[in-house]
Amino acid sequence: MSKSCLVVDDSKVIRKVARHILESMAFAVDEAADGQEALRFCRANRPDVILLDWNMPVMSGMEFLGAFNDLDFGHDERPRVVFCTTENSIDHIRAAIEAGADEYVMKPFDRETLEGKLQLVGVA
Amino acid sequence: MMGGGTASESAYRVLMSVLESRTGQTLSPNRIWRIEMSLKPVLQRHGIADLDALVAALVTANGRQLLDDTVDAMLNNETFFYREHSVFDDIAEKALEYLRVVNARQRQLTIWHCGVSTGQEAYSMAMLLAEQGERWAGWRVDVIGTDVSHHAISRARVGLYSQFEIQRGLPVQRMVRWFDQTEAGWLAKADLRRRVDFSVQNMLIDRPPLAAPADLIFCRNLLLYFAMPMRQKAFARLRAIAAPQSFLVLGAGETVLGQTDQFVASPRLRGLYEPADQQVRRPVAA
Ligand SMILES: [Mg+2]
Repeated sequence: MSKSCLVVDDSKVIRKVARHILESMAFAVDEAADGQEALRFCRANRPDVILLDWNMPVMSGMEFLGAFNDLDFGHDERPRVVFCTTENSIDHIRAAIEAGADEYVMKPFDRETLEGKLQLVGVA
Repeated sequence: MMGGGTASESAYRVLMSVLESRTGQTLSPNRIWRIEMSLKPVLQRHGIADLDALVAALVTANGRQLLDDTVDAMLNNETFFYREHSVFDDIAEKALEYLRVVNARQRQLTIWHCGVSTGQEAYSMAMLLAEQGERWAGWRVDVIGTDVSHHAISRARVGLYSQFEIQRGLPVQRMVRWFDQTEAGWLAKADLRRRVDFSVQNMLIDRPPLAAPADLIFCRNLLLYFAMPMRQKAFARLRAIAAPQSFLVLGAGETVLGQTDQFVASPRLRGLYEPADQQVRRPVAA
């Protein structure tokens, strides 16, 4: 069965690029344009992994993680979270990991980089 | 024309023989066409017009730096952290536990990264060992990286990696624990750097600076650049450095089958190799 990924980013272009790469890796892809949409999606679905933008209107990646950590996935494993950022700061990365992200990837990313990160969190 | 570029055929021949005599490596046809691109930065740095002029300079001048730079540029220094990470998982659990039992009396563990390039593989092992903490308390643990490339080894020693390199294969938890962010890139902390020693070596000629026979040898994606007689010699060199009960790690696409009788597939650990004489029970003479 193919793995699923929820791409959360306010940039349509980034979502399109991510979808293209993920589909080439046989992922089933869903999209959300902000944290709130993503949260709504995760209340009804359980993607294997979430590719999470940090800076978004309505609800940021950090705010999303706060609410996401309280979601109950029952017997299923919690989806892995790879956050994407353009901010290349170790403090920023630390904050995201402390908030519950499993990995990070710098934007813009290519297929090899993203695939490597998905391998690290055990979904590729 | 063999180079597919603009230089004369004799220039390519000279460059290939320089590479072979310095490293034992042979350029496969699919790498020859890239030689001109690989050497472009060297030409610029030394103010040389083209490959023919480079060859002329190599033959006439005594420029050691030019020779080093030329050879370095023709080598493939591709590497990254925890490359084929399942191999590292197996080593972390099974191979190291086996070696811990085998070496329990000496309490010494020697790991050699042959063809370590810019160091990521050796740092990967060093982080993994350091995180096993208590398991190696009271042990002497040596992690040694060698490579024929001066440029790669000096980079390995510094331990500075670009954003692209640092996010290739390295889990974020390890990145924030073992690296500092600097203006120039991600720098291995002193506590990590002190756990690894690097030196410039030609594995076909030099004896690696090890205090004991190697318990674990990484030689990944290097032997494929040697032509067959050299490859057999290289395997013999690895065997001479390996402890009787030890492991050899090759690249994912590499094997010993039909290449050497010095090593065989490990019966303990899939994907690793062991010195052949540990496996073959020779019949006792009557
Ligand atoms: Mg954004």
